[in-house]
Amino acid sequence: MTTTVSERVPTGPASDALLSVQDLHIRFSTEDGPVHAVNGVSFDLAAGEILALVGESGCGKSVTAMSVPGLLSPNATVDGRILLQGRDLLGLSAKELRAVRGKEISFVFQEPMSSLNPAFTVGKQIREVLQRHEGLSKKAAHERAVDLLRLVRIPAPERRVDEYPHQMSGGMRQRVMIAIAVACGPKVLVADEPTTALDVTIQAGVLDILRGLRDELGTAIILITHDLGVVADLADRVVVMYAGRPVEQAEVHELFAHPQHPYTNGLLGAVPHREKGVELVAGRRLREIPGLVPSLRSDPDECVFAPRCPRSTEVCVSRRPPLEPTRPHHPAACFHPGEDE
Amino acid sequence: MTSPRTDAPVLEVTDLVKHFSTGSGFRSGSGVVRAVDGVSFTIGPGEILGLVGESGSGKSTVGRCVTRLVEPTSGSIKLLGTEISSLSRRAMRPLRRQVHIVFQDPYSSLNPRMTIGQIVAEPMRLHGTAKGAALDERVDEMLEKCGLRSELRDRFPHEMSGGQRQRVGLARALALEPSLVIADEPVSALDVSVQASILNLITDLQRDLGFSCLFITHDLSVVEYISDAIAVMYLGKIVERTSREKLFRDPQMPYTQSLLTAAPVPDPVAQRERTRVVLRGDLPSPLDPPSGCPFHTRCPVAVERCTVEVPPLVGVTEPDHLVACHLVDRETGAPDIAAAAAAQGAEAGAGLQTGARRPA
Ligand SMILES: Nc1ncnc2c1ncn2[C@@H]1O[C@H](COP(=O)(O)OP(=O)(O)OP(=O)(O)O)[C@@H](O)[C@H]1O
Ligand SMILES: Nc1ncnc2c1ncn2[C@@H]1O[C@H](COP(=O)(O)OP(=O)(O)OP(=O)(O)O)[C@@H](O)[C@H]1O
Ligand code: SF4
Ligand SMILES: [Mg+2]
Ligand SMILES: [Mg+2]
Repeated sequence: MTTTVSERVPTGPASDALLSVQDLHIRFSTEDGPVHAVNGVSFDLAAGEILALVGESGCGKSVTAMSVPGLLSPNATVDGRILLQGRDLLGLSAKELRAVRGKEISFVFQEPMSSLNPAFTVGKQIREVLQRHEGLSKKAAHERAVDLLRLVRIPAPERRVDEYPHQMSGGMRQRVMIAIAVACGPKVLVADEPTTALDVTIQAGVLDILRGLRDELGTAIILITHDLGVVADLADRVVVMYAGRPVEQAEVHELFAHPQHPYTNGLLGAVPHREKGVELVAGRRLREIPGLVPSLRSDPDECVFAPRCPRSTEVCVSRRPPLEPTRPHHPAACFHPGEDE
Repeated sequence: MTSPRTDAPVLEVTDLVKHFSTGSGFRSGSGVVRAVDGVSFTIGPGEILGLVGESGSGKSTVGRCVTRLVEPTSGSIKLLGTEISSLSRRAMRPLRRQVHIVFQDPYSSLNPRMTIGQIVAEPMRLHGTAKGAALDERVDEMLEKCGLRSELRDRFPHEMSGGQRQRVGLARALALEPSLVIADEPVSALDVSVQASILNLITDLQRDLGFSCLFITHDLSVVEYISDAIAVMYLGKIVERTSREKLFRDPQMPYTQSLLTAAPVPDPVAQRERTRVVLRGDLPSPLDPPSGCPFHTRCPVAVERCTVEVPPLVGVTEPDHLVACHLVDRETGAPDIAAAAAAQGAEAGAGLQTGARRPA
């Protein structure tokens, strides 16, 4: 197949894109050869929009998100374009990127304990960001730190500001991470599995905070998760990834109502959840997706999902299905798209 | 159950207590962690009991007491009618094969230096239930039952995916045909599509082999799918216990209600229309549990009495629907925490939000 310029299909109004990721390819060189971690991901993100990246472990969600603020390890090669308000971040120097990070784009990681410094109080860690990027005085930064802790609904913020990370619960630490991430009012917040380590009752609070940031500050959010309930709760638009490729993109209601790709259909069928008004039948089986995720050692010219796909035919292994609309504003990379059953 | 068993419980736990002393904690000095604080339940033959609760509520500690991986502080544990809480290791030995545990983390729970075949064979070797060719055959049979091709027996754990490792853990646990399987978050570390296949596998095996199961999880949607009865734990105590149907139809304890409303459903229309209650605060420390009802610090409907008096776990509306809450009433049933939260939501700083959302 000749190299496509871009398989990008606009799924929303492109004109007001705050962030535009175009034909992103990420390769890692390793001792055992290259790893094709991401192959041709494109999406636009508008101000105040929440875009979810979903897919199985290892499909490239985190590396896609980390490439945006330039946080990939040195053995990574990144191709494509990452435009923040028209400026290509891939062309920036390390110094220029550092100025963008934390100020215009910031990041919340999955594991809050390892991303906070255990040796400093949370207040000091929030102040540090404010002093570096905003040039606030220590006193002003302290007051702002208390406000930020209040914003993320930490009880008694005046007291908590002087505590160390180990004195807080997992849910509180995750909220402190969010407070640090939004300290400078970033335009884009990348949240990588922000609630995966938390319990549902705590998760609900963190999701509410993210929603509040979007509603009140207009922050655009890239939300990485494998929890389709979280997607249903929070996302405006969804990119489904499989083995480094985007396989389907759509507005959230459209995606859940009319999943087109067999992989998306499989994911939605595999979630255990209560069907309203349906009697629970003993022995009811969940739907499985048989088989394993392919290795990322090669980037074959065929559908990456074909080995596990119940619909696959000859054409699926003869070439790569293009990511094209199969319904209005709803592209899917599949030769046999449509809803199951 | 088709097997000719009596209905005598397989497991009977009464007033189980496990306190850990935290030697010389550098920040809070020494203290006692009340990890499990008076827990009682029974599991009948072929029954699956789901044990649900927040991280740190004491679920794993219950499972580890039952398998005697930790010594209970007090209380009674009867396995197949025999009191095992105070049995010596030696006296416990013949009963060991009756109970097996499957752990959450498929990465660290298998010995990395043993092959899959050796891992599955080990309990049978230790108990001398099979040897030589018969043992090999039995290993292949167990691997196959758990959906693994028998040629995988020469592989090492690191050469397998998370889902495959969890299947190995199950094959090992079931090799001795135990009466009771303790499954401690067996699917929590797995992707949804892999989760589904493991849950299906457990249901199939349970139907074929007829074991009883204590299924520990923090995810209510998982136990709803798999269990017959459900017990909800909060801070070392069971706060609600009943059949699966009753728990989901009529959740009574405010904590159970909040768990149910907090878990997002994978349907954007339904999810965005729901009234959710977001609890204030975090799980209190088991080093210093609240007085009265352990949930009162976060409960949207708590009254004065909740802060001083511990509510007993009793059947209020029905004898087999046990709940520990002062506000559940024989006539009017459970308090409606969504309505309470909505009423309080109007007040500033009430610490709760209801799901009044901006339209999508
Ligand atoms: N520094 C690296 N060197 C080599 N390979 C890497 C590197 N970082 C990531 N990868 C590989 O890239 C692929 C994508 O990884 P990524 O972390 O983005 O997955 P993910 O979708 O976030 O998965 P998870 O849900 O498990 O977090 C994986 O196969 C991973 O092993
Ligand atoms: N060996 C130990 N020494 C001291 N404290 C312990 C020990 N084991 C568990 N605890 C404490 O007992 C409490 C209950 O822990 P347990 O592991 O049973 O919780 P859990 O409900 O299984 O939580 P999770 O969902 O996180 O696995 C926690 O506060 C924990 O810190
Ligand atoms: S292209 Fe073919 S193999 Fe790939 S998902 Fe569609 S039907 Fe399945
Ligand atoms: Mg990741
Ligand atoms: Mg546990």
